[in-house]
Amino acid sequence: MANVINFILPFLPELLLAFFASQLLVFGVVKKERTDLVRWIAIGLLVVFALAGLFVGVPGTTAFNGALINDDFSYIAKAIIGLAAAAALLFSESYLKSERLDQYEFSVLVLYAVLGMSIMVSSNSLLSLYIGIEMQSLALYVLAAFNRDSLRASEAGLKYFVLGALSSGLLLYGISMVYGFTGSLTFDTIGAVVSSGDVSPGVIAGMVFMLCGLGFKISAAPFHMWTPDVYEGSPTPVTGFFASAPKFAAMALIARVLMDPFMGIQDSWQQVIIVLSVASMIVGVFGALMQTNIKRLMAYSSIANMGYALVALSAGTVAGVNGMLIFMSIYLITSIGLFACILQMRIRDGMVEQISDVAGLSTTQPRLALMFTVLLFSLMGMPPLLGFFGKISAFYPAIDAGLTWLVVVALIASVVGAFYYLRIIKTIWFEEQDRQFVKPATALSVLSGVSTLILVAVLFLPFISAPVKTAFGAAAASLF
Amino acid sequence: MFSNLPILSFITFIPAFVAVLLMVFSRLTADSGRAQLEKNASWVALITTIFVLFLSVLLLIDFDSSSAAYQFVEDTEWLGGGINYRMGVDGISILFVVLTAVLMPFCIYASQTSIKKRMLEYMVAFLILETFMIGAFVALDLILFYVFFEAVLIPMFIIIGVWGGKNRVYASYKFFLYTLLGSVLLLAAILWLYNYSGTVLGAPTTSIETLSRDLKIPGGAQTWLWLAFFASFAVKMPMWPVHTWLPDAHVEAPTAGSVILAAILLKLGGYGFIRFSLPMFPDASMLLAPLVFWMSIIAVIYTSLVAYRQKDIKKLIAYSSVAHMGFVTMGIFTVNLQGLQGALFQMISHGFISGALFLLVGVIYDRMHTREIAAYGGLVKQMPIYAIFFMFFTMANVGLPGTSGFVGEFWTLLGAFKVNPWIAFGAALGMILSAMYALHLYREVIFGEVTNDKLNDIQDMTGREIIILAPLALFTLILGVYPSLVTDITGPSVEALLASFQQAVGG
Repeated sequence: MANVINFILPFLPELLLAFFASQLLVFGVVKKERTDLVRWIAIGLLVVFALAGLFVGVPGTTAFNGALINDDFSYIAKAIIGLAAAAALLFSESYLKSERLDQYEFSVLVLYAVLGMSIMVSSNSLLSLYIGIEMQSLALYVLAAFNRDSLRASEAGLKYFVLGALSSGLLLYGISMVYGFTGSLTFDTIGAVVSSGDVSPGVIAGMVFMLCGLGFKISAAPFHMWTPDVYEGSPTPVTGFFASAPKFAAMALIARVLMDPFMGIQDSWQQVIIVLSVASMIVGVFGALMQTNIKRLMAYSSIANMGYALVALSAGTVAGVNGMLIFMSIYLITSIGLFACILQMRIRDGMVEQISDVAGLSTTQPRLALMFTVLLFSLMGMPPLLGFFGKISAFYPAIDAGLTWLVVVALIASVVGAFYYLRIIKTIWFEEQDRQFVKPATALSVLSGVSTLILVAVLFLPFISAPVKTAFGAAAASLF
Repeated sequence: MFSNLPILSFITFIPAFVAVLLMVFSRLTADSGRAQLEKNASWVALITTIFVLFLSVLLLIDFDSSSAAYQFVEDTEWLGGGINYRMGVDGISILFVVLTAVLMPFCIYASQTSIKKRMLEYMVAFLILETFMIGAFVALDLILFYVFFEAVLIPMFIIIGVWGGKNRVYASYKFFLYTLLGSVLLLAAILWLYNYSGTVLGAPTTSIETLSRDLKIPGGAQTWLWLAFFASFAVKMPMWPVHTWLPDAHVEAPTAGSVILAAILLKLGGYGFIRFSLPMFPDASMLLAPLVFWMSIIAVIYTSLVAYRQKDIKKLIAYSSVAHMGFVTMGIFTVNLQGLQGALFQMISHGFISGALFLLVGVIYDRMHTREIAAYGGLVKQMPIYAIFFMFFTMANVGLPGTSGFVGEFWTLLGAFKVNPWIAFGAALGMILSAMYALHLYREVIFGEVTNDKLNDIQDMTGREIIILAPLALFTLILGVYPSLVTDITGPSVEALLASFQQAVGG
């Protein structure tokens, strides 16, 4: 009995999450009209789940015969994923209601996606890695097509599914090669084989295939094609969700895969990561230049931002992982805030999502305009906002690892990137138009306000950020 | 007096604090009270900037000008890992703080009548801008400096774009992207330096003082770093050939925006050269000084000629700014006492003179809503007081002895002559050219026949405008006849800088 408890106990939060998610599904079937209740319970579950690991978790425990591991890294990642998903549920409410999409399945699907992501970030073997990815992806495919009656949404869901299946294929192929050449599925054994020297080319080929598959999930170029269409077609809150938690989970997974089993072949994967990073930055910033739809623009911007995060990972050091965690968390905060702003762009006939629709916002809705502006400047990486500090913590490790040229490329890409963010700011401030948006839901104003405040509050950084930074440092160190 | 108070943080952050308060109040005010609020906002901003001026004058009084050390130093843990919140002033930076604090109230006061829309946001932008500018001058930490240095772009972008002229969108983009491209290279260099200091000094740091004193960088790396810093400061200065953003930004910016741009933002570039390039990369500075000289000479001669052909008054003055900044860069890289003192003096003096010239253009622009030189002529008949002021500042711009413009140019020429007489010759040619375009402008605008009928009933300067310009004229005159006011303060710091520079290059 004690064995069984040790076998599953470390993974109890996830099991409870799965249990309650299924219970909510049953409850939803019986009480179809109680979507609000389901949503609030889901939000509560997510918050509790996010904090559980941080406060009562025991780092260093494994579950299911070492298939899953709990360490500081996975606890931090789960906390961020859980909170981001809770925020996504929070900002989806008003949209779903006004578009008549308010069904209880939405919240349940988000819960399942979070379950998949938490398996991803704590996976310690190739199989659990794959199960986690598939679990979150299946939930996300359905979410993308959640608006069944919309052609665009169905197209987005289908496209996401087909390309996602392709990427899973690549991933599985890579996994099978790694398994075949190392003889093991668990990260520890693979790591031991890989660092023993004399690595067979098959492992390296498998690793490259795996990175290609994972590259799809973070929408790194050249595996980014699905991103703009899916971002544009999906319901806006779903897009906001896509831009936050899943990106973080996939990035964390990549960090673990690189730093744990494949640390011994850093020379090989570093090149792959650098190529992905440079390609993403270039495709992201130049692709975004000519977009007129804010959601498409956010898609390209997220491609570029994944490129910046990969700059940090390419260093292959504790500082690099730490920088990636800091950068991605700040990116998540910013993108949740931005999507909360985008969701406030509602006129009487429905949502608008063209850049030209924000014209004159600074006179008609000064508060929204201010939040939009701060968030965009932060995403651009302008000091004194938090985005700037995110960028330097992502780029510094690469300089430390001798990749100064990569940082220069990244910085120049961010200047190009400044152009399209400036275009939105220009439309908000310099153009006139008398268009009133409908009064936004409180949750949206609160979310965008809170994220804006976090980005500005960097002036008081040492007093609020010290514990966060310590936690991130410990998390990064626990991977090595 | 301030030994226990973080006076520099007060001076820096008071404007931003008031700006935040103003924003909060504007949210709490109902639409009916809007007009009153806008009006009050401008007065609140004026009082704030005057208070900052008062504090900075106290700072100047309390400043020990016989010492070259940093004073009023604050040093607190900030981002960790050797990146601290360090602030302090020495003889070089304190004058820029005072210059900023002096010019701000004039800008606000001048804007009260000339800004017609969104007064509150305008004041908020200016107050935040003041915080960033002062912060950049007092920061003693590279990252902190960079934060302020680049943050300046945000309010300035908004100021040019919202309250600017016809082509404001183009101008604001150009301003923002040009300067941003320059500064990211600076950021890369800063990160590299931070990393390098960790390997050489044991603990990484971004303290400007430690880096300039203790860090010896090998020659090749110095050159790259110097170039990265140069890219940023040369754009800011602006030096030929990366000056093209300046005329556009100047022409489109509202009057007070132009004043700040010319008088203070450009000085960030020169300040950067003196504060970073010379002490941190002495070998590279020696190596690349000829490049700077030639770029400066081209700037002085070429932009003076360009200025002569301008049809727009503001553009003419903008090009003349580029030419005058050529003297500054030349003076800085002579790296001798006269050159450096002259460059510093020229920056302070140009702050007053170009600020006043832009305000003067604003005076007639507010009346006629055009900046075409051809639209004016014979103003002396209707606006005698204006003609006197314009004459005075034109002469100061040309560098007439007795005005501050003369002192700076003379010293930089003297410094350049010691290094290479040909450079001094080229720059001196620029002085003649500057007389040519400045007098041309004066003749076309003030003298001649009244060609434009509307000019017949133009009003002379109002009391408000005289209040703004008279003190600036006074400063220009005082500095012109008694330059020791500036040089006494800068002297010890400049000498210390030179001593360590000679030691680094010689040894």
